[in-house]
Amino acid sequence: MTTQLPPGIQLEKVDDRIMTLNVGPQHPGSGHMRLIIKVDGDYIVSCDPDPGYVHRGEEKMAEYRNYIQNIPHLERPVIHDSSNILYPYCLATEELLGIEVPERAKYIRVIAAELNRCIYTLYWLAIYGIFLGHSTMFMWPAGDRELFIDLLEAMSGARVTHAYLVPGGVRNDLPANFEERCLRQVDYFEKRIKEYQAIFYKNPLLISRTEGTGVLSRTDAIRLGTTGSVLRASGVNFDIRKKEPYDVYENLDFETVVMKEGDSYARSYVPYLEMFESCRIIRDAIRKMPKSGSVRTKLKPNPKGGNDEVYKRVESGRGALGYYIVSNNRPEPYRVKISVGSFRNLICMPYLLKGELLGNMPAVYWSLNYWPVEADR
Amino acid sequence: MSTIAPQFRLSRFIASLTDIIFWVLLIFSLVGLPIVFIVLFYIKMPLINNQLLTPYLAMTWMADPSRTLPIIKTLLHTTFFHVLAFPGFGFAALLAAATIFVERKFLAKMQLRVGPLYCGKIEGILQLMGDGLKLISKEIIIPAKADKPIFWVGPLLFVGTAGAFVSLIPVAPGGWVVANPSVGLLAVFATIGFFPIISVLTAWAANNKWTFIGGLRALHQMIAFEIPLILSLLSIVILTGTLNLSQIVESQQHYWWIVFTPISAIVFFICIIAELERIPFDLPEAESEIVAGWLTEFSGMMYGLIQLGTYLKLYAFAGLFTVLFLGGWNGPSVWPPFPADIVTQGITIGPVTAKIAGLPLFDQQMLNGTLWFVIKTVGVILLILLPRGVFPRIRIDMLLHTGWYKLIGLAFINIFIALGLLYAGVLGPGGLIQ
Repeated sequence: MTTQLPPGIQLEKVDDRIMTLNVGPQHPGSGHMRLIIKVDGDYIVSCDPDPGYVHRGEEKMAEYRNYIQNIPHLERPVIHDSSNILYPYCLATEELLGIEVPERAKYIRVIAAELNRCIYTLYWLAIYGIFLGHSTMFMWPAGDRELFIDLLEAMSGARVTHAYLVPGGVRNDLPANFEERCLRQVDYFEKRIKEYQAIFYKNPLLISRTEGTGVLSRTDAIRLGTTGSVLRASGVNFDIRKKEPYDVYENLDFETVVMKEGDSYARSYVPYLEMFESCRIIRDAIRKMPKSGSVRTKLKPNPKGGNDEVYKRVESGRGALGYYIVSNNRPEPYRVKISVGSFRNLICMPYLLKGELLGNMPAVYWSLNYWPVEADR
Repeated sequence: MSTIAPQFRLSRFIASLTDIIFWVLLIFSLVGLPIVFIVLFYIKMPLINNQLLTPYLAMTWMADPSRTLPIIKTLLHTTFFHVLAFPGFGFAALLAAATIFVERKFLAKMQLRVGPLYCGKIEGILQLMGDGLKLISKEIIIPAKADKPIFWVGPLLFVGTAGAFVSLIPVAPGGWVVANPSVGLLAVFATIGFFPIISVLTAWAANNKWTFIGGLRALHQMIAFEIPLILSLLSIVILTGTLNLSQIVESQQHYWWIVFTPISAIVFFICIIAELERIPFDLPEAESEIVAGWLTEFSGMMYGLIQLGTYLKLYAFAGLFTVLFLGGWNGPSVWPPFPADIVTQGITIGPVTAKIAGLPLFDQQMLNGTLWFVIKTVGVILLILLPRGVFPRIRIDMLLHTGWYKLIGLAFINIFIALGLLYAGVLGPGGLIQ
């Protein structure tokens, strides 16, 4: 007797050699998602990423709140990078509502965004470390994050979800003596992350383990539409901060980190080197920042956007992060579409994992700079 | 009122205590005392110092501790005591427990943390006890489709095998070893050979994909590293001409074998880390890849038993390294000798002079040897713990390459070095040929 299958469902042909593994959603190495991995012995035959376990409908929620009310919930997808995920929203809303941002606020935004990028990168690096079984690399970055979390707490009052960037500038001015404290913390931070070289990046076991695994060539990286550090690790010099500078990034002195290898090691090394560039940006921004002045252009109560649409994107910790906002003469946006780097980098995972060893799965997976919560939005 | 136990009343607590005491006394007097008397009636009591040990005599000895010392001294040399307490399980479990605590604090200091801090006031010294209580009180979950008898017996077999391994390690001179077969090293190899079988059995019995992969990984790893492990120790056997571990220790009175066979020691050390499934060789338990490997389905005290077995194994391997390469119990005499006046003249407290027979319970060599053995073993254990804070996990192909190519090659080179030393007439059994 054959069982009647529901429409649209097909039985798979079973091969005795192939074992299907459900990595996730309850697996220490999966994050908030599932990877359906088929293995032949220890080799991965196919990998099917299955995101969507933390979908929260941020885009739909944004249609029922006005432009100011949208701020706190739009930063939820990546609470570790909350300034960067709010940045394009603020840029787009300012263009929609026609607001000018004070010069000092632009610099403060850049400082907040770079601090937050470092916090995110350290969190990501900590998980990369523990995925490879390196427990010290889990503890050190998780502890060193506190330096910048304290700074952002002094700036915004919150430790993780800052909601600091608002349309029209930043929520409040910097506290007294912030510049000195920030420079001191940045100096110490640089000293600390230089120590990661010896224990992690120059570790012979790590190099032999991650070099040459999950190689993404330059053409593939462009064709698959990857972004951020994954793209730059494959030898493409593309950074939105350089190519389409927003706010004051064009005045600031920094370089794009590019590596040619395109393997798991390069993908983990590029964000690390970018933290040094972030420190450079923060120092430069503090030097060039106007010492006084307004930091926020006050909006009218319940501001209405015109019959307009706007797309703005920034370089977040995971790559290009864009907001497409359509408004129709109402206080609420008509449609908000968030384009995130995580989801675009996830696409290349089946290509990279095919033919790899099962032991390479965590190394390749987490080197993609992928944040499941952000991808699901 | 306490927020932890809101229903707590001191009066009820005291009442329950007196209740318990009452019932214990009642049951003891009704059941226990008759049993004691029945036993005393039937058992033939031993003769000690030409006196029949009657219950009355035993009671008087309780008042005079000096007369119990000979009994204790006899007890110390029984197999029962050897297995249960000193060179055997109790000693090893104590060192293993200390190892777990030291590992957590040591790793925490390496990672700029504090480690266990609150439990037990002083630096979280009772954390292990709390963990043990937690594991005991947890429910043991058996998977529905598991092969239940084998799944149940797996942890017991693991601890049993680890205990057998512990029993082969000589700790101090004068027969302080549980089992001292003349082919001690072969017995060690045989015991080590059981571990992959247990891993695969339990992994298969749990009927889970992760345990299956983990078990196969454990099998690959242990077999790949067992051969270089055995080969690396052959040089010691060639040089000493014996397989007995106590004799191997005695042959190192002047020179430790690590001086002449450093390659062997390095190969053996790497194999120890691989056999113990510790980072960088913890593939069978790789968390981010296969959840917890072959331990995935174990819960509660079954997992606790496996952990106990793992740390017993760690102690045994460190002890084996000490015995084979670091001279075992040999070391300069640092333990002070037992004051001779106490033996000859007795202890004088005020007007009373007590002459206690058989007072030095342990002789000086034994205490000195134990001290040196423990110091060296703890040093080796710390060295085994160190890579956990420094290295990432390696991959299965790198692991097998290391085991089958590099370590076996090094072990063979080492055998030829040992043969060269032997035939050049530099070394013989007992160190340098004078």
